[in-house]
Amino acid sequence: MNLLEVQHLKKHYATHKAVDDISFNISQGSIFGLLGPNGAGKTTLLRMITGIFYPDSGNILLNGKPFDQLQDLQYIGYMPEERGLYKKMMVGEQVLYLAQLKGLDKKTAVARIKYWFDKFELNNWANKKVDELSKGMQQKVQFISTILHEPKLLILDEPFSGLDPINSNLLKQEIFNLSKNGTTIIFSTHRMEQVEEICDHIMLVNKGHKILDGSVKQIRQDFKEGLFRIGVGVMPNPAQMATWHFTIVNVENNAYVLKLNPDSTTNDILLHFINQEIPVTYFEEILPSINEVFISQVQRTENLAATQPA
Amino acid sequence: MNKISLIIQREFLFRVRKRSFLIVTLLVPLAFAAIMIIPALLASSSGSQKVVVVDKSGFFKGQFRDAKDVYFKFLDNTPLDSIKKNYAKEGYSGVLLIPQIDIERPSGFEYYSEAQASIMLENALTSNLNSAIEKLRMEANGIDKSKLDAIHADVTVDFRNSKDEKKGSSAASFVLGYASGFIIYLMLLLFGTSVMRGVMEEKVNRIAEVMVSSVRPFQLMLGKIIGIAAVGLLQFIIWAILLIGLSMVLPLFLSPDAMHAASQSSNNPQMAEAMQKVSFMMAKINWPLFIGCFLFYFLGGYLFYSSLFAAVGSLANEDASDVQQMTLPVTAPIIISFLIVIKAVADPTSSLAVWASIIPFSSPLVMMARLPAGVPGTVAIWQLLLSMVLLVAGFIFTTWMSGRIYRTGILMYGKKITLKEAIKWIFSKS
Repeated sequence: MNLLEVQHLKKHYATHKAVDDISFNISQGSIFGLLGPNGAGKTTLLRMITGIFYPDSGNILLNGKPFDQLQDLQYIGYMPEERGLYKKMMVGEQVLYLAQLKGLDKKTAVARIKYWFDKFELNNWANKKVDELSKGMQQKVQFISTILHEPKLLILDEPFSGLDPINSNLLKQEIFNLSKNGTTIIFSTHRMEQVEEICDHIMLVNKGHKILDGSVKQIRQDFKEGLFRIGVGVMPNPAQMATWHFTIVNVENNAYVLKLNPDSTTNDILLHFINQEIPVTYFEEILPSINEVFISQVQRTENLAATQPA
Repeated sequence: MNKISLIIQREFLFRVRKRSFLIVTLLVPLAFAAIMIIPALLASSSGSQKVVVVDKSGFFKGQFRDAKDVYFKFLDNTPLDSIKKNYAKEGYSGVLLIPQIDIERPSGFEYYSEAQASIMLENALTSNLNSAIEKLRMEANGIDKSKLDAIHADVTVDFRNSKDEKKGSSAASFVLGYASGFIIYLMLLLFGTSVMRGVMEEKVNRIAEVMVSSVRPFQLMLGKIIGIAAVGLLQFIIWAILLIGLSMVLPLFLSPDAMHAASQSSNNPQMAEAMQKVSFMMAKINWPLFIGCFLFYFLGGYLFYSSLFAAVGSLANEDASDVQQMTLPVTAPIIISFLIVIKAVADPTSSLAVWASIIPFSSPLVMMARLPAGVPGTVAIWQLLLSMVLLVAGFIFTTWMSGRIYRTGILMYGKKITLKEAIKWIFSKS
């Protein structure tokens, strides 16, 4: 079931098209990665989904019903990339205030604050002013205030920036927990290794357009280039490597990176090595990382845009 | 609605709990009190001045009147050099030297002292010299002083309203109109910039984006404006209580001498009479109407301008100096209004004063400056009603307009926003 459906969303500014006809669906409980270079239109897209901006045209459906900017805000938790807290306010009061604005009653909010402050070891800081906290701690406060009202849709823009590895891991675990409990998460980032680790599904946008979307596994499959790595016990004589089944892309230490010719199969490669009596230690397919797909696709669209007259 | 009240609460409590609120709230009445008391204390503590008079002409002995603060000592037989050298040691503050003069063309009077002579002393010396010379000339010309005094006229005109026969006092309405115009002027600037700084802080801290994912930008703006208005009203109430309290308690601590000196500090019987008239007329002003109008125009003016200040704040970037230029279009009308107040208290029925008291940009200040001159009468009922209706319409309009600038402005980062762009936002589609 799709928690969020976005259909032909458009938002044009005076000078450029920030979001130009983007559609996608997010199924409930999944972690959806939104990727794109700076200025791609991610923030504008997220602001429309969070009800901050009205789209020029297109529909946003939440739970199958048209998104109502006034009623549905309480189902959404949004942590913007640029963190913001009232610097001179007490940490505890601040989180309570933000939670009440999301419609939580005071009693529930206080109980949940206690739970999360215990979990994130913030209890000693509840009566300190925000600007007395370290950046990482402010980040945790911001995260808690985003999820305290238990949103159905959680939107995290670069949630790990500024966190040390320990807190990063803590946060990652919480994201997985929330997802397991049914929260749908949109995760916007530039850090591709996190995307592969965390996201089920990604969408790549550039210059206001959707370039691709799909599951992480599927995308890596879709963009594979027929590359394989084969490990050898002894480096063979170069003459032994001549065949039409593959070309050598790279010679590594006790391994080759090979590109399979379209007419051949992986077994043809293995047979060649066996026939030449080269001892094989391992054989694996090389799938592109999301990072590589990201860079190649962004560059491709940039080139397309450059060759097309505006 | 519930969200707005949460925002109002936060804005109010956050400001009221700050130490600076307590300091400002307590310091302002103390400053007012100091303005009233210090002249009194100075007048009582400055002590009397003793002046040595060396009269070479011989005309003036016995003609000088010792006033409360100035005593004259005539020395005829002591050498001048010795007087000049020793007057300070003898406890005198200076030496007045009167040369041989021609009574028709007197000149060459000199005063020697270490410290700069005060205006009060200067007045005492010249008035004593002048009246003595006048008296001498009258005698020389055979004029009888008692007859002249009998001829001297001193009449006053009672100003009455043609409808209700009530006595009016231009001095009282001048003072009251000026004071209320000035207070509203200060409050508009003070609380208006407070709104602006609050908006700037939210934008620069990036909390604005978090907030608008929970509440509408308009709610956020309105909550801040109302919250700060509540702070202002609370401050007013505390000040009123403190001022009344201080004015009742302070006389108990001051010596009767000082109080007397304070009331006499002008040393001018005409002024004292005018002050008496003022305090008498103050009692005749329609206070419920006046206070009601004061609160209405304070709130109306505040709502009119504070949303404009909020809009300007939303255009800020990390570089706060950009905002300085943008505030000018908002502060300029307030300052100009105050200049009109100065004209309006002097002539409350001039067309400038009348129209400025009706147009919402200036009406909060100018109408308050005109009101003490009398309603109805100086200020016609239709003028007051029209002014009020226009002010309400005005603040609804500025709030609507500012809301449109604000909601775009608070999320606009990085580039400098020009006023022209901001005005475009007002008319852009939602």
